[in-house]
Amino acid sequence: MKVIKIDKNKWTKGLDTARESYQLFGPVKIKENHCFAPLKRDQQPDMTVVDTVLSPKSTVFPQTEKLMTATLDTSKPNHHLMERADTDYSPRAVIGIRPFDARAIDLVKLNFDTKDHRDPYWCDAHDATTFVGLAVNTPSQFDFSTSMDSGPFDEKGLDVLLVDMDTGYLAKILTPKGEAFMACAGFNREATAGDLQKMEELKKAAEQAITTQVETDNLREKSLLDLHQAPFWDDVAFSCINCGTCTFVCPTCWCFDIQDETKGNNTTRFRNWDSCMSPLFTLHGSGHNPRGEKTQRVRQRFMHKLKYFLDKYDQGTMCVGCGRCVKSCPVNIDIREVCNVMNAYEPQK
Amino acid sequence: MESYIEQIRTLAVDLLKSGKVDVVIGYRRGSVPMATVPFMARTPEQAKQLTWDSHCTLNLANYLTNRQEKIGIIAKGCDSRNIVNHIVENKINRDQLHIIGVPCKGMVNPKELQTLLDDEIISCAETGSTLTIASSQAEIKIEREDHLRNNCSLCTHRNPVIYDDLVGEAVEEPVLDDPFKDVNAIEAMDADEKWNYFDDLLDGCIRCYACRNACPLCYCPTCFVDESDPQWVGKGQNDTDIKTFHFLRAFHCAGRCTDCGACEAACPMDIHVRAFTRKLIKDSKELFGWEAGMDISKRPPLDTFAPDDPNDFIK
Ligand code: SF4
Ligand code: SF4
Ligand code: SF4
Ligand code: SF4
Repeated sequence: MKVIKIDKNKWTKGLDTARESYQLFGPVKIKENHCFAPLKRDQQPDMTVVDTVLSPKSTVFPQTEKLMTATLDTSKPNHHLMERADTDYSPRAVIGIRPFDARAIDLVKLNFDTKDHRDPYWCDAHDATTFVGLAVNTPSQFDFSTSMDSGPFDEKGLDVLLVDMDTGYLAKILTPKGEAFMACAGFNREATAGDLQKMEELKKAAEQAITTQVETDNLREKSLLDLHQAPFWDDVAFSCINCGTCTFVCPTCWCFDIQDETKGNNTTRFRNWDSCMSPLFTLHGSGHNPRGEKTQRVRQRFMHKLKYFLDKYDQGTMCVGCGRCVKSCPVNIDIREVCNVMNAYEPQK
Repeated sequence: MESYIEQIRTLAVDLLKSGKVDVVIGYRRGSVPMATVPFMARTPEQAKQLTWDSHCTLNLANYLTNRQEKIGIIAKGCDSRNIVNHIVENKINRDQLHIIGVPCKGMVNPKELQTLLDDEIISCAETGSTLTIASSQAEIKIEREDHLRNNCSLCTHRNPVIYDDLVGEAVEEPVLDDPFKDVNAIEAMDADEKWNYFDDLLDGCIRCYACRNACPLCYCPTCFVDESDPQWVGKGQNDTDIKTFHFLRAFHCAGRCTDCGACEAACPMDIHVRAFTRKLIKDSKELFGWEAGMDISKRPPLDTFAPDDPNDFIK
């Protein structure tokens, strides 16, 4: 696997060269917060921010995405026929995505790209994207990625892993897509054995800096129904205000709602992020709501992430330990605590 | 604060032991720095987890809606005013409640505290009026009064307006020279400036509805934004739809909003949504001589008629 060395004073120029062939996304400051957004012509990604409030999932799964369009104009031969929206899937690159977020995109792929169904919107965006990750040298107190099968230097889901070495970056090329991006940016100086050793040291230090341990080892063996019927859910849920914050900031939450909007003769079909925290999410046309109570919705979020997903795909939990929901939840519902409680739960016989 | 915590726990334990209430709603310590968790103690043992500090930013009246038990509830000034609203609007009965009033010294804004240190805050402790915040690299002491949340710095009802027990002594109520300076500044803008101001204000809103859900006033079984038949508002990230949500929600709070700041405390994107409700607070005061949540015998101005209404269009 090739590792390339990039001087920081050549970084911007390289990105500018790459912009001619790729649309770039990266962390930028929007008011007081950092978010991933398409970079404007002269805009540089902020490579110092440890984590953005929202995850970069929007780069392949926008909060509002146009899926299809139709005309209602009966003089047109294709009137009232939904046709796929004309979306630009030319090459793009997400710069500075953190390893846990790339791992999350890998997990989401399990859902959008299955043997039986391929979500064309998500998959086409994913295929068009090169993920140029940035290792986390100093993890925040909210980061528990090492417990969730990821970590500050995790390579899963990435095409390139950058490591900030102070005066420059080391770029570990992980896939042909990553190789093509680096070549396009004109980065090609090979790293030395000394560089590689320093990189290993940084990796160890970063992993050790994560002090939160979350236990997940029993989750697979636990009975789904026992966990579902466990008595602790009411207490977990009491403080929850059922906002969608935790699911909107989460890199692995993928649920969506489909809406049609018509203006004049033009109809558009959109999908919007949705949230299992909202009562409307499961409201049936009949008026029945299988998750009408707050506790049922809170339980759903944790059970989906930490049990159903694990049982279904056998690829770990649907939480990568980024800690965003812990940080943003207005009432401090902490998935680390809930996970430990679930993992330790023994039903009373 | 230490004496507050002691008294809150003693009162709550007694209430639960004597069976006067079934549960006590208050705050317990959070799992991360500068966080508290709204918490319901069912046993005297659990009541020992109740706490109080400068981070009790949510409004506990939000947890009362339509509950059936006998409830002890911890209430600072604004919580108590929202409890009054809840009683007036038949969301809870006065007889069901035992209110433990807490004279409030203001809550701090954690995001502002974070700007005081370069690295992430990993601990925050308080003694008296002083907070000690620390990152892995540095530690500083600050005065609570200097870093209050915006709504707390504008609050003139720090003492609970309704209570059964009061924790400690009442605090002095601040007198403000110009309480609506912020609203006046927006009113003075011309149409274009206002347009841009509100555009910028809502830039970044992700429609998670944390503001709405944290608000004790927003208890409708189906919010107008969630209604699908008829559908009043588009659901996507369209500017007009986002604005519609915020404008309409604010109007629904007219004459009811207590400026408790729970909406802003809950917002993950730091949107200053009180810019809307504060205009309505000012209007309520100027047009109707009304402050929300002060008296359980009075109905809010928008659902009542008075022959001595100070406004002359009605006469
Ligand atoms: S962010 Fe917290 S309060 Fe909001 S829905 Fe999620 S768990 Fe509940
Ligand atoms: S559940 Fe929370 S910690 Fe886990 S991936 Fe989602 S936001 Fe991150
Ligand atoms: S203002 Fe904040 S809390 Fe309210 S919907 Fe927008 S992002 Fe969510
Ligand atoms: S609108 Fe905001 S400030 Fe007003 S009562 Fe609701 S949460 Fe409190």
